[in-house]
Amino acid sequence: MTKIHVRDFDFFYGASKVLHGISMDMPDKQVTALIGPSGCGKSTFLRSINRMNDIIPDARHDGLIEIDGKNVYGGGTDAVELRRRVGMVFQKSNPFPKSIFDNVAYGLKIGGMRNRRQLNEIVEKSLTRAALWDEVKDRLQTSAFALSGGQQQRLCIARALAVDPEILLMDEPASALDPIATAKIEELIYELKDNFTIVIVTHNMQQAARVSDRTAFFMLGKLVEYSETKTIFMNPKQKMTEDYVTGRFG
Amino acid sequence: MSVMVRRRIVSRIAETLCAGAVLLALVPLALILFYVLRQGIGALNIAFFTEMPKPVGEPGGGMANAIVGTLILIGIAALFAVPIGCVCGIHLAEYPDTKFSSVVRFAADVMNGVPSIVVGIFAYGIVVLPVKRFSAIAGGIALGLLMLPIVVRTTEELLRLVPAGLREGALALGATRGRAVFTVIVPAALPGILTGILVAIARVAGETAPLLFTSFNNRFWSTNLGQPIASLTVQVFSYAISPYEDWHRQAWAGAFLLVAIILTLSILARLSVRGLEKMNRP
Repeated sequence: MTKIHVRDFDFFYGASKVLHGISMDMPDKQVTALIGPSGCGKSTFLRSINRMNDIIPDARHDGLIEIDGKNVYGGGTDAVELRRRVGMVFQKSNPFPKSIFDNVAYGLKIGGMRNRRQLNEIVEKSLTRAALWDEVKDRLQTSAFALSGGQQQRLCIARALAVDPEILLMDEPASALDPIATAKIEELIYELKDNFTIVIVTHNMQQAARVSDRTAFFMLGKLVEYSETKTIFMNPKQKMTEDYVTGRFG
Repeated sequence: MSVMVRRRIVSRIAETLCAGAVLLALVPLALILFYVLRQGIGALNIAFFTEMPKPVGEPGGGMANAIVGTLILIGIAALFAVPIGCVCGIHLAEYPDTKFSSVVRFAADVMNGVPSIVVGIFAYGIVVLPVKRFSAIAGGIALGLLMLPIVVRTTEELLRLVPAGLREGALALGATRGRAVFTVIVPAALPGILTGILVAIARVAGETAPLLFTSFNNRFWSTNLGQPIASLTVQVFSYAISPYEDWHRQAWAGAFLLVAIILTLSILARLSVRGLEKMNRP
């Protein structure tokens, strides 16, 4: 079943067009990887899905992105509401200068949840889902900055999961982490896809091959090829895709 | 090899020049501190803090009224400059490129450069003249006007130092822009903003000129905001130009107390900035 439906999506920063007619359908409860060289527009595309690009002045778009058949940029969709359903994890972990608990509870609190017991429950569940609970359960009130880089990133994932989104967008979530922390994140992605639709931008092709069900290859703002991950890596239709995944450029 | 030797010599000379310049800059500062300390500490005693000024010719007494007066004046100034300044700074940081923001920013910078006596005359014009009376309120407003641009600009600068990722993180969790500002960005910059406020207080605590025709001076105990009020700076000024030896002594003590207050505030400010830097390190 299609979760995210994209048709002829263009994106502009001022006068320069950075996405050209992107069309793709991302299935529900699967992992879709976006790969491509730096500057190919994959991050911009990812950030269009939860309208994070709205905060950039001079940015505009054309075409259609639908989630469950509802236009993301339509009049009836509120960006703030949308972002509660479409969580995001960033390249550089960005914990708030608050305690571990308050980081995870942030989205719930701004959503109006005040019930302490309910908060405790969801915080524990989210940290468990992000495979961080055992490491932090005895120090929930300490600053999130005391955590290691990998733990901070998992905290950010837990924070995103706490508001129970349907979709999780991940913008190179492991690019600043060491191999062990990366492996943990990848394992996590694999487990999360039972419950969430995940779109992940990555520079690391092995990572795309390991974690994703489908892969989209972007190049110069165009979607070159989009297919089953296996097909993209083993049997790509386009010469450009083959050159990229075999490391001939990029 | 000779290149290495030459480099080392040039480097040594440059280092020596730098160290010399630092020393040159520090000497006057150290001399002032040392002299004020030496002259002031001898005159400091319990009475200085607890007693009122004695009538002319009678030795002893203290500056209790001036110490309290200075605290009241600073309090009024902060009460008025901090909220306005912070809100203004938040606006500048959030909407940096609007026409309005650039006008406000320019106005703040100009205000920062206005001589303090001019600010005093302004406060005299708008607060003292209409009621025909010097008052603590007028002095506090004059000091507040001096604080305002410092608070505005430091708030703005420090908010801008908050990593953009924090804002995005909050927005991505479904926070509105205002929510993100007040629950994440401002708290992240808070230690720095407090520092800015301390620096602003330190800056105005030592002002005399704007108080001369606003809060004026008061030989008596007064906490009435509508009446003239004593302040350390004005008291030091009037004692220092008096012909009495004992008053000179007390002026030194007052000067020492002022320097100590400002130094303490500056050190506090420094420490909290260090805390902020630690927090913002990735």
